[in-house]
Order: sequence, then structure tokens, then C-alpha cells
Amino acid sequence: MSGLVHGAVYGVLILAVVLTTSGLWIWGERKFAARLQTRLGPTIVGPFGLLQAVADVLKLLQKEDIIPAQADRALFNLAPVLAAFCALGVAAVIPFSPDVIASDLDVGVLYILGLGALTTIAIFLGGWASNNKFALLGGMRSVAQAISYEIPLVLAAMVPVILAGSLSVSDIVRWQVGHHMFALWPIVPGLPAFGIFFMAMLAESNRIPFDIPEAESELVGGITTEYTGIKFTLFYMAEYVHTLVGSAVAAALFLGGWDGPFAPGLHWMVAKTLVLFVSVYWIRWSLVRFRSDQLLTMCWRYLVPASVLLVLAAALWVQLFPEFL
Amino acid sequence: MLSLYLPILVILLAAAGLATIIFTLGVVLGPKNPTAEKALPYESGSPSTGARNVRLSIKFYLTAILFVIFDIEAVFLYPWAALFRRLGWMGLVEMTLFLTVLVITLVYAWKKGALEWEK
Amino acid sequence: MTSMQTPTHTLKWPNPHLDMAAFEAEGELMLLHLGPQHPSTHGVFRIDLYLDGEVIVKAVPFAGYLHRGVEKLMERLTYVQQTPIVDKHDYVAPMTSEQALNVAFEKLLGVEVPRRARWLRSLFAELQRIASHLLALGTLSIDLGGALGGGSTLFIHCFRERELIMDLFEEVTGARFHYNTHTIGGNRHDVTPEWAAHVRSAMKTILARLPEYDSMSIDNSIFIERTRGVGVLDGRLALELGVTGPNLRACGVDHDLRRDAPFHAYDEVPVNVIVEQGGDSLARVLVRVREVRESIRLVEVLLEGLPEGPICSYRPIKLVGQVKIASGQAYAAIETPRGELGTFVIAGGGEGNASPYRLKFRPPSLHSLSALPYLLPGATLSDAVTILGSLDPIMGEVDR
Repeated sequence: MSGLVHGAVYGVLILAVVLTTSGLWIWGERKFAARLQTRLGPTIVGPFGLLQAVADVLKLLQKEDIIPAQADRALFNLAPVLAAFCALGVAAVIPFSPDVIASDLDVGVLYILGLGALTTIAIFLGGWASNNKFALLGGMRSVAQAISYEIPLVLAAMVPVILAGSLSVSDIVRWQVGHHMFALWPIVPGLPAFGIFFMAMLAESNRIPFDIPEAESELVGGITTEYTGIKFTLFYMAEYVHTLVGSAVAAALFLGGWDGPFAPGLHWMVAKTLVLFVSVYWIRWSLVRFRSDQLLTMCWRYLVPASVLLVLAAALWVQLFPEFL
Repeated sequence: MLSLYLPILVILLAAAGLATIIFTLGVVLGPKNPTAEKALPYESGSPSTGARNVRLSIKFYLTAILFVIFDIEAVFLYPWAALFRRLGWMGLVEMTLFLTVLVITLVYAWKKGALEWEK
Repeated sequence: MTSMQTPTHTLKWPNPHLDMAAFEAEGELMLLHLGPQHPSTHGVFRIDLYLDGEVIVKAVPFAGYLHRGVEKLMERLTYVQQTPIVDKHDYVAPMTSEQALNVAFEKLLGVEVPRRARWLRSLFAELQRIASHLLALGTLSIDLGGALGGGSTLFIHCFRERELIMDLFEEVTGARFHYNTHTIGGNRHDVTPEWAAHVRSAMKTILARLPEYDSMSIDNSIFIERTRGVGVLDGRLALELGVTGPNLRACGVDHDLRRDAPFHAYDEVPVNVIVEQGGDSLARVLVRVREVRESIRLVEVLLEGLPEGPICSYRPIKLVGQVKIASGQAYAAIETPRGELGTFVIAGGGEGNASPYRLKFRPPSLHSLSALPYLLPGATLSDAVTILGSLDPIMGEVDR
């Protein structure tokens, strides 16, 4: 019973922190992007414009909720809630330290991949229910994108599973503690797998260069074209949360999670997550996007065969040098 | 066992609750002033013409079928990956054979042009 | 010359007026209006796309959303009043619009422009070309990468360089946009040696920053992937459609009015005409990026050789109705950043012949856009945005 209370308390805490971080990052990203673009970014609301996120949310809350006449009302309303739900739910099994974890689920990796993949359904649902051509095209693109990145993502996540011999995220981190990060050792399946996982994670959270479903210069707003006010915010929030949680998953699976010298484990995990998180946005504000057929071809021609080879390499490593793990 | 899944349930409920609360807040707080024009679908500022619910031709359906195959393969692979240490060399050989067949399928599909975006 | 693909359809080009029956029999097509209010239509422009999935089967462009009736207005305005109006045509390169108009009037009147004024005009034209080409690169990268991403980073950096050039113009004319600096017979504002120093330092800054922009565009593999082989325009088709400027030179057609029909000071200052062979969007970008460097070189040459002397040969303008032309007609064309901007003027209209009877512009962007129905079929929706952006149209001069 105490385990349950412990898990529930930490779970809600993690949710709160994840949400706050994503909210703060709306300010952070605007500042960051502004600096990349020789601008100042938000400066008016609060010191250094820090309250910009609050102002944004308050403004969005007061926006009129418009549902297009011919939209499928139920699905149209369900989609943003589902997107936010999926993105937040993944946070449940991420170990931020040996203690700070909601549930050390023994099939954690499967849970993460499963709930993460559900986001595609939410996005497609929103695109389809809007009854708008741009949104529909966006939804179709998100499906095309999902069938591209999903296999490399799943196979790349399998590499640490094989190396650690467990599906629990905590076990995978524990296996890395003291030894090494999987991204560094064994470097052959580890580092490329981390690269593929990170790329696929960018695609899963619709980040440039893979923000194809919402390509605003092509599809105006993509799937969110018809969404106003808070429903748009939910999609928007889901993307940020998804990116943050995805960074945390990558940090746990490949970068050794809470493992690190001189500082408490929690600090290391948060630092690793944030470094990955910020690099996502660094990439976002530096590159242009791919086309969906280019992503499809790239994933299937290069990433899928490569990740199959990586899985075999990991298995071979476990068999050949079990003592070097 | 239960203590592992109950916190998940709590988190999922909290996530769903949070999303619903934010959703409801927006719906309640926002102004309501619907007009016929507002409810029209947006299409670059010109009236939307033609059917909106057209069946979009899927240019990537062969890839989608490949995706299903590989996704099921991944489902097979995960238990194997988790138990791999116990399966030993035999497990590796078996899975290598399985994956080889799959990769041959992929190469075949590739050569047949299934990975081309149809134009 | 880079290693570019040769155009795939060297002998025949796709028929833009495709028979739709064949497609409608197989499955329904989606009719999607791209524009007028769309982030990537570079103003207000509409293309009706008939989509099969995401692939464009047929594209029908509609211009006219920015039509202001300027050509009709010109029949009422006097010759003197017209220069500030044309600033609004090509709103990325207003200097060249002014020049095209006044060159036509000078031809009609038979006025000889002083040498210094001709050199100044070339200098302004080249500065304007740098600003315009940089902006074209920036807007294309927004089309490719979105306003919330890497595209806008390059865009804002390009905008920064444009600001440098706007500052230079402001220093001379007092205006950042509606310069009204060209007049019949020459220029109205002279430049100072300090200004020349400012130009040199601005050129140095831009030249130093260009490699950075290259690394974000023409040297970036994603950018290349998105533009190479996209929207291949055949050189002969381009000539037939009247496409000019960088879009024509990207198809391997060696044509530049600055060299082939010199105006301003270009008969004294030779221009290296930049030609690319690909005909695709990447080639169009490459032509512009290389032309920026060529223009910077020309600016140096023009500054170096800027002759002394008067800047206007026509009697000073005191009244708006002062210039009166009884009869005659003239066509004059100059090479703007977008291509051949022609002005055709028939004299003898308005109150006592103070206005033209008819004034007609030949905007290069309109002719570039006429290639769209040929370029879009077979491309995807994403490509449509790339192709439109790479043609670098300015709706202000398309619709007038």
C-alpha cells in the first residue's frame, strides 16, 4: 500500500514538473530562438519576459472555442484531450532517480512505445474530424510519418533492452550505473541506436526536420488548422510534453539516466534530459523540414535495415562478451 | 504486481483529468459568439469547393503493409529481447534466421519499388 | 556550374491543361485552394490544386487579389506624380521599379541622362538586387522550414542584411521604401563620399556573412534534398512563356538585359552573367546566391568609378503638370532582380498631354508565375510551396 501511495505522489509530482517545465520552455524557447535570430524575444511581461507563458495561456483560455459546422464534434473534442493524455501518460514509468518514479513497470519500454504511438491516432483523429482539407492532409501525413519512424524507433529501443536483459526502464538504467552509458559502451550498437532513437523521437513529437503533419508553410496549421483557443493549446502542450518526455526516455535508455558522479542522481537525470530537450529545439531552429516521401524512403531504406543490424549486433555482443557488459 | 499498475492508473487518471479540466476551462471561459461564417472550414480564405470528405488515395499503402509486418515482428522480438540471456546462442541463431527472412522481404519490396512514393 | 541533373523533359513539357476525365474516372480528386490567405503564397495569390492524395494533378493559378488598377490610375496622374506610385509595385525592389518607369519617359522625351546619374542608378540597382535576392532566399527557406523553425532563422538573418541596404538608401533619399529618388533625366538625391564608405563597409559585412547563409541553404543537405529536381523548368518553355531574370538563367539560358541590352551604366561596367543548368528550384536559388556575390563586386566597381558631374539633365520639376508630351510611344526595359521589367508608354493623355494616354507594365513576376501550371503537376503539395517560393514572385507587380 505504501508503494501505491509513493507511486501516486511521485507520479502526480512528475506530471506537475513536466507540465511546468514545458510551460516555462515556451518562454525559454522563444528566448532561445530569438537569440539564434539576433532578436530579443519576449521582454515585456514580467522580468525578462518570464511571465510570457502565463500571459499566453491566459490569452488562449479566453479565446472563443469554435467548432466547424461540419466537423465530427465528438471526435473533434476528443482528439486534443487524447493527445495531451498520451503525452503525459508516458511520464509514469520514467525513473528520474531510483526513488523518483511513479511505477517501475516491468514492461516499461513497451508501455512507453505503446502510449507514445497512440499520439499518432490523436493527431489523425483531429485531422479527420476537423472536416478541413488542410487538416485531413495533415492527418494523412502523420500516418505516413508514423509508419516511417515507428519501426526504427521500436528496434532502436530494443538495443538497451537486449543489453540489459529487461523491459523495465529502471533495470535498464541500473544496468548502466557504474558501468557506462549504453550510448558509449558498447559503442557499436549503442551510439548508432541512440542516434536512430533520437531521430525517431524527433519524428514522433513532430519536430523539425520532421514536423511534416503540421508543416505550417504548406498546410497552414496542419491538423490544428481548425482548432482554436484551449484545444489548440492542448495539442501544442502535448507536443512540448512529448518532446520533454521523449528526451527523458532517451536519457534513461541510452545516457545512463540518473548515473553520474559528484551530484545526486536526480540532478544528473534532469540535466541529461534538458540537454537533449534543448538540442531538439536547437535542431528545430536551424534546419528546414523533409518531405513525407523523403522521410518514408529514408526510414525504410536506411534506418530500418540499420536498426535490424543493430539489434543483431547487440545480441551478438551479449553472447560474445557477457563479461564486458 | 498490483502496486505496479495502480500508480500507472493514478497517473493516467490524473493526465486525463488534467486534460479534461484544461479543456473545460477553455470552453467555459471563452466567449460564445458563433456565426455561420466562423463555422465554415478554413481554406486559405476562399470558400471551400468540392467534397471535403474525398477518399484520399494512399500513395504509401505498400509501405503500410510492410509496416504491419515489421510491427508484428517487433512484437515477437520484444519478449525475445527481454529473455535473450536465457535463450543463448540458439536464440540468436533463430532470431537471425527470422530477421534475415524479414530483411530479404524488405530488399525484395524495395527492388520491386514498394518504397517509392507513387506518382 | 555544379553537378546538376539535366532537365528530364528536354523535348516536351507537361501539358498544364490536362484532361481531368482520366483521373476522375479512377478516383475523386481533392480541390484545394492554396491561397489567397496562405502563409506561402508570397502575398495574396491563389492556386487551385487538384490533388490525388498529395500529388498535384492540375494547378490553376489565379492572380488579381492585389489588383489596384494602377495602369488606369497612371492615365490620370501626371508623369511627375507616377514615380512614387511604382515604388509599391515591386515592394521588395522599389528602386528598380522607379528606374524602369523613368527610363521609359526619358526615351519618350529623348532626354540624355548624365553619366553620374547613370552610374548612380546602376549602383542603386545592384544594391537593390542584393537586398532582393537575400530576401528571396529567406522567404524560400521559410517556405521550406516554416515560420517556426530553421527557415525563419535564415529569413531573419537575410532581413538583417536587407536592413543594412535600406539604411544606405535612407541615408541618400531620406526614405526607407518610397524613395522617389529617380526623376526624368536623372536622380534627385546625390551621394556623398561618406555614403560610399558606408556602402563599402556594408558590402564587407554582407560578404563576410554570406558563407553562413550558404551553410544554412545551398550547402545544407536537407535544403538541397528539398529543392534539387523540384520544379524543373525547361529553357525553351521558359523562353516561350516570357520568363526572365534569375528564373530564366537557372534554365541554362544565357540572357541578361544588363549585358544584352545595356541600360544605365552597364555599357561601361561589364556584368558576369550567372547561368545555371539545372532548371530546378535549387538552380534558381544558386543563381540568386551567386548573383548576390556578383552584385557586391559590381557595387565595388561602380563606387570606384563613380564619375563626378551633374545628376540630372532635365529642367528641375516645379509643377506636377510640368512635363507634357504630345505624342509618341516608347518601350524601355531594365533587368530588375526578378527579370525584365518593361514599361510601355503612349504619350498624349490627361489635361494638356501631362499624362500618358496609356501606360503598360511588363512585370517579370507575372511571367514567372505563368510557368506554374507546367511545373506543378506531378509535384507534391510540399513541392508546390517550394516551386512558388523559388520563382520569387512579388504580387505587387503581378497584379498592379
